[in-house]
Amino acid sequence: MTALLTIIIVLFVAIALWQMVKIFDLAQVGASNSQIADDKDNRINGYLMIGFLIFIYAITIVSFIYLGDLPLVSNSASEHGPGIDNLMIISMVVIFIVQIVTQFLLHYFAFKYKGEKGRKALFYADNNTLEAVWTGIPVIVLAGLIIYGLFTWNDIMTIDEEEDPMIIELYAQQFNWKARYGGDDNVLGKANVRLIDLDRANILGVDEDDPNAQDDVIVTELHLPKGRPVLFKMRSQDVLHSAYMPHFRAQMNCVPGMVTQFAFTPTVTTEEMRQTQDMKDKVQNINKIRAEKSKELTANGEEALEPYEFDYLLLCNKICGKSHYNMQMKIVVETEEEFNAWIKEQKTFANSLN
Amino acid sequence: MSATVDTHVHDDHDVHHHKETFVTKYIFSQDHKMIAKQYLITGVIIMGIIGIMMSLLIRMQIAWPEQSNVIFKALLGKWAPEGVMDADIYLALVTIHGTLMVFFVLTAGLSGTFSNLLIPLQLGARDMASGFLNMISYWLFFLSCVIMIASFFVEFGPAAAGWTIYPPLSALPMAQPGSGAGMTLWLVSMAIFIASSLLGSLNYIVTVLNLRTKGMSMTRMPLTIWAFFITAVIGVISFPVLLSAALLLIMDRSFGTSFFLSDIFIQGEVLHYQGGSPVLFEHLFWFLGHPEVYIVLLPALGITSEIIATNSRKPIFGYRAMVLSILAIAFLSTIVWGHHMFISGMNPFLGSVFTFTTLLIAIPSAVKAFNYITTLWKGNLQMNPAMLFSIGLVSTFITGGLTGIILGDSALDINVHDTYFVVAHFHLVMGISALYGVFAGIYHWFPKMFGRMMNKNLGYIHFWITAICAYGVFFPMHFIGMAGLPRRYYTNSNFPLFDDTANTQVVITMFALVAGLAQIVFLYNFISSIFYGKKAEQNPWRSNTLEWTAPVKHMHGNWPGAIPHVYRWPYDYSKPGHEEDFVPQNVPMKEGEEELHH
Repeated sequence: MTALLTIIIVLFVAIALWQMVKIFDLAQVGASNSQIADDKDNRINGYLMIGFLIFIYAITIVSFIYLGDLPLVSNSASEHGPGIDNLMIISMVVIFIVQIVTQFLLHYFAFKYKGEKGRKALFYADNNTLEAVWTGIPVIVLAGLIIYGLFTWNDIMTIDEEEDPMIIELYAQQFNWKARYGGDDNVLGKANVRLIDLDRANILGVDEDDPNAQDDVIVTELHLPKGRPVLFKMRSQDVLHSAYMPHFRAQMNCVPGMVTQFAFTPTVTTEEMRQTQDMKDKVQNINKIRAEKSKELTANGEEALEPYEFDYLLLCNKICGKSHYNMQMKIVVETEEEFNAWIKEQKTFANSLN
Repeated sequence: MSATVDTHVHDDHDVHHHKETFVTKYIFSQDHKMIAKQYLITGVIIMGIIGIMMSLLIRMQIAWPEQSNVIFKALLGKWAPEGVMDADIYLALVTIHGTLMVFFVLTAGLSGTFSNLLIPLQLGARDMASGFLNMISYWLFFLSCVIMIASFFVEFGPAAAGWTIYPPLSALPMAQPGSGAGMTLWLVSMAIFIASSLLGSLNYIVTVLNLRTKGMSMTRMPLTIWAFFITAVIGVISFPVLLSAALLLIMDRSFGTSFFLSDIFIQGEVLHYQGGSPVLFEHLFWFLGHPEVYIVLLPALGITSEIIATNSRKPIFGYRAMVLSILAIAFLSTIVWGHHMFISGMNPFLGSVFTFTTLLIAIPSAVKAFNYITTLWKGNLQMNPAMLFSIGLVSTFITGGLTGIILGDSALDINVHDTYFVVAHFHLVMGISALYGVFAGIYHWFPKMFGRMMNKNLGYIHFWITAICAYGVFFPMHFIGMAGLPRRYYTNSNFPLFDDTANTQVVITMFALVAGLAQIVFLYNFISSIFYGKKAEQNPWRSNTLEWTAPVKHMHGNWPGAIPHVYRWPYDYSKPGHEEDFVPQNVPMKEGEEELHH
């Protein structure tokens, strides 16, 4: 019944709007009935073009003031992060200069040359020099960006095995993450979904006969030692997932049937990150928002939200089904000693089987 | 060129032969003008309304997540128990919104309407090369629309794997409910859609190559025709690849093959699939998927070129450069698909190659933008609604195109891939821009299609509200994306990290709702003008192209007498030595008159 009523109300609103438009339409009958723009239309819309230009600049400025602190373009937590951030800032500067200039020209010309009866436009069909200039400038600017970008990309994607990275497998399934460490030998045991044995709690399909697998450690919270290169090997057991670690500027898809990889070196521990001024401000802001929302919730007799404390996260960033929006794993970056102490407490694969 | 001349004589006889019944005139019509109108009503208006309403539902869910909402309850029924939108149907809405807007509205709707209407009229042809194929193309499209909409009424809902339908999610019914019957219907619908699109494209190509009137050399074609022509070529090259991907996916789903699937353990059992790769599907999909962006965008740019020149009362600046940039974009568009796959697990070296080719596309795009701006310079701008939408298109094309420089750069893509940054980018550069192209085209050629004028003041209201809301929706969205918020999340309430984006989401939704309501103004204007609009003159915008030499009242064969011959390019606006500020293409050159362009 409510459904029907709502549809009727929505329909009424639409009809009301329709009628208002109609009244507006009919009210114009007296005016000149030509539906072609005249000088007055040109003038009004010309001024509106300038207004629109100001609106574009305004929304840019407002967005920067109110949302400029959202972006992850500073305080990255990995060694390659600042490289990406620099490239991002340079690209943004280029983009904004071009944006401001071209939008100005477009809207200013639309205003300046608004039509007047009796005036004739300039017949100006071609100019090879001009066109060479605005082909050439993008070529040069883009060449610079491409070269810088490719160096950054190669730097990130080239994995230096000699640095002795710690090998960690990220394992995705609908809708959670697991991590598997190579253990003392830093070698992952072989694995395949056909070896999954839920009765024996072998949920990752690790080969029980592989000697390298015995000391593997499987956990649901990812711990990383600060300063040590980590090489992630990604697997998925069902559909595509994507391991997204925004604070480390890292992302790679997890593809069933193949192993993908991504490597980075964490440089800031969770504790250090919490102490940075940027993060303190952000957390304070978020908690203010949460406190306000909690007031609303408690008024309705619901539970209040817990205050937020910063943690690094691994998110799923490839549509993977119903609970895609809640597929996450906490990441803890800590000192080498803390890490060693933590991993000692974890069960090895051999000991975790039923 | 000259080969077509002789046939005119015979064509003229055909004109009077047909006895039209209601069915042959309005339903199974083979007349390109009627088919154009059929595409307009089905593709743009009806599918557009459905697609836009879905986007509003999506926005409401994002702004007020998991809250009971009477509108959800009314429209979604069992998919919104207690008025709270279900997570599965959220993904289904996202999927079908994308599919409808990209394929049905902006591919079939846009090309179907304007290619059909303008190719014969602007080239001086009696009709399309094959009116029969044209009719079949429309009815296949209609069938695919019906099947796609029907998928909303099957038991577990429509496809919900995103418009990119990556397997295994789309291949396995146990992975999500939408991958059952809903996905089967999606694939069948798209297969029929592709057949329709190919028939249409082949027809456009043949018509452009063979049926140009005397004097209409390729270099005298209006830029609209160039854009439609190249779009059709891209479609013929890339759509079959999507068809093959869809067929292979159907095989995997229904016949147990393993093209895209391997090593899968789901719901407690190991599936038999072995040896396939989802990455292969991504390659096949994006081999269409990226050219598709230009299939959507190029016709809109073509329409804009024509409208900006006409309303500036000036030749389009750099005609030759515009044609070359269309060709360059078309060529490059087929070798950039990998930029959707930087982090798919493909070889990083390939990523480097695709970064290079992708950023190259910025060059012809920049040339086009600068040429539009220069066309405005020292013009005598007639601010008709079509002109406003064309200027708006250039504006959003620049804003949206520029962020492509970030997304096309593999290193930067790592951190913004699949976030709201991407959503903002492609909605501005192809969604909004192409929609503006559609609106501009409707306002401009409405007199040609329906013999009446649309109300200009309603057009102004429609444009300014839409323009402001489009920026209001998509500009702040870049910042949410840069904050690392992934797209396609049903709710962000499980991530306190993103709580500081919540208020912005509400503002964006408000803008979206207002923009949605503003379309009622357009709809009213459109429908009432069909019946009550002011009767149009033959050439209301004082334009040069041939469609305005045809009589207002539609007739089979377009021109009552002989087809006009063409003596000049279409952009002789404000040419020195002429009284009027326009010289139609069928006006012979004066003695001693020179072609003042290269």
